[in-house]
Amino acid sequence: MSAALVARGLTKTYGGVAAVDGLDLSVEPGTLYGFLGPNGAGKTTTIRIMLGLIHASAGEVEVLGEPVTPGKGVAALRRVGALVEEPAFWRYLSGRKNLEYFARAAGPADDRRARLGRLDEALDVVGLGEAADKKIKAYSQGMRQRLGIARALLGAPEVLLLDEPTNGLDPQGIAEMRALLRRLADGGTTVFVSSHLLAEVEVACDVVGVLARGRLVAEGPPSNLRPAGDRLRVTVDDPVRARKVLADVEGVIVAADPAPGDDAGDLPAAPLHLTLTRPARAAAVNATLVGAGLAVSELTPEHERLEDVFLDLVGDDHVPR
Amino acid sequence: MFRVELGKSFHRWRTWLLAVVLGAVPALIVVALVLNPPPPGAGGDFISLATRNGLFAPLAALAVVQPFLLPLTAGLLSGDAIAGEASAGTLRYLLVRPVRRSAFVLGKYAAIVVLLCSAVGIIVAVGLLAGGLTFGLGEVPTLSGSTLSLGEAFLRLLGAGLYAVAGVAGLAAVGLFISSLTESGPGATVATVAVAIIGQILGALSSLEFLHPYLLNTYWLAFFELFRSPVSFDLMGQGLTVFAAYAAIFLGLALTVMSRRDVLS
Repeated sequence: MSAALVARGLTKTYGGVAAVDGLDLSVEPGTLYGFLGPNGAGKTTTIRIMLGLIHASAGEVEVLGEPVTPGKGVAALRRVGALVEEPAFWRYLSGRKNLEYFARAAGPADDRRARLGRLDEALDVVGLGEAADKKIKAYSQGMRQRLGIARALLGAPEVLLLDEPTNGLDPQGIAEMRALLRRLADGGTTVFVSSHLLAEVEVACDVVGVLARGRLVAEGPPSNLRPAGDRLRVTVDDPVRARKVLADVEGVIVAADPAPGDDAGDLPAAPLHLTLTRPARAAAVNATLVGAGLAVSELTPEHERLEDVFLDLVGDDHVPR
Repeated sequence: MFRVELGKSFHRWRTWLLAVVLGAVPALIVVALVLNPPPPGAGGDFISLATRNGLFAPLAALAVVQPFLLPLTAGLLSGDAIAGEASAGTLRYLLVRPVRRSAFVLGKYAAIVVLLCSAVGIIVAVGLLAGGLTFGLGEVPTLSGSTLSLGEAFLRLLGAGLYAVAGVAGLAAVGLFISSLTESGPGATVATVAVAIIGQILGALSSLEFLHPYLLNTYWLAFFELFRSPVSFDLMGQGLTVFAAYAAIFLGLALTVMSRRDVLS
């Protein structure tokens, strides 16, 4: 089965500055893909190019196997649901009328009918059944966000492209959204969701792509985005001697004491922070310390949070040139 | 897209307000004539003629709205058409539906022309009703002195209405083009009305006579010709040619701008 979304060498420059810079991307069908990056990394530009709103400066995109060219009728987009930045509606119409008019605006007759037939279901999925007949003017930001999702779902899409879908939602709304996206992906929908918030992406996604300065700097399952090497917190009775002992062990780096002082010895409980790379392992570190006659009172693995990895990846030093 | 566009417009206050304002014009003319009748035998213009035959009331109203209120209507509808969707953000959601960009522009234009038809239709209908009830309908004297049967006169009134729509539809194409360039609906509306006003200023300057054949407003009131005997179609023919040229050129420009545009709004 071919990829649901493809970008090849995708580049978009504005006045000589690249917003998207040679982006290569491929999203398999049925994947919940988290498109992660700080504001200004090029996420929205990429999504807009995929939807045929923006002309690429170079490279190409394919949606469901069909090349996307702005201004041309891209039939594959009928099978795509989208939320692009804020959800926008005709303010003078009710939520239901808005969906109805968007459904009727284009496409073959059976496609329109199918959308109109799904209207109530889509409103129910996002929990807007009761507010559907209110004018958009009276909607809160969260309600507009939900209606935006309902509009995206109306065509029973094979691909969902969602740009920051949790904006304006409260924590419960975010949790519901995450569950909904997971459910859709489990049902076979390809869900491509951008975010600058890690917590959302880390939990739910199958694959995370990290975008920085218009380039993909990392991609993989969230768990694999963690750095190689474990961190270990070790508390011993004599940290000064422990440092000396560990300095000779291959693959162990002991973090410098944040505030080394003459009275370091008076604080036997101050833990040491180790970074282990192969061949060092936690058990071996423990054995070495104990073998040297030190009393080890704590030895705890420290997981580096995805957030730290993310910041490392998108930080200046890590952007490939 | 056309039907959605038309459907949407009936949910807007603006549409109904325009209808009321435009419908009020012929009613006001008739009321004014009743309160302050012109002296008998005064001039041969439509307004005075209306007291002799109600059928002239809609024509008088058309002549009154054509220089300003109809261009304003065209400006309001066309200026907001693309820019308004862009600033509201609904443009991007229509385009990813996906509505083809050409279908979007042409659907918008078709809806505007239909609304302009309705605008002129309201003016003519209210004029006929108010004028007919107040002054009666009968055989219609032409501006040349002969008379027309009522049926013939209705037909020519219809022709005058359609001609008025064609004239202002040319301006609406200009407005649609301006609207494709900006995200400010009110700005595009003002610019479109300004185009109409500048056209009329240029049309009033006799030293710029060489320009006059190319101005929309030179031909706007040519439907008067339908109430001469025999009817001369020269001016109206030229008018329709110029209207069509404006519509074709500026719709073409709007389509080009839209197809090349990066939709960032």
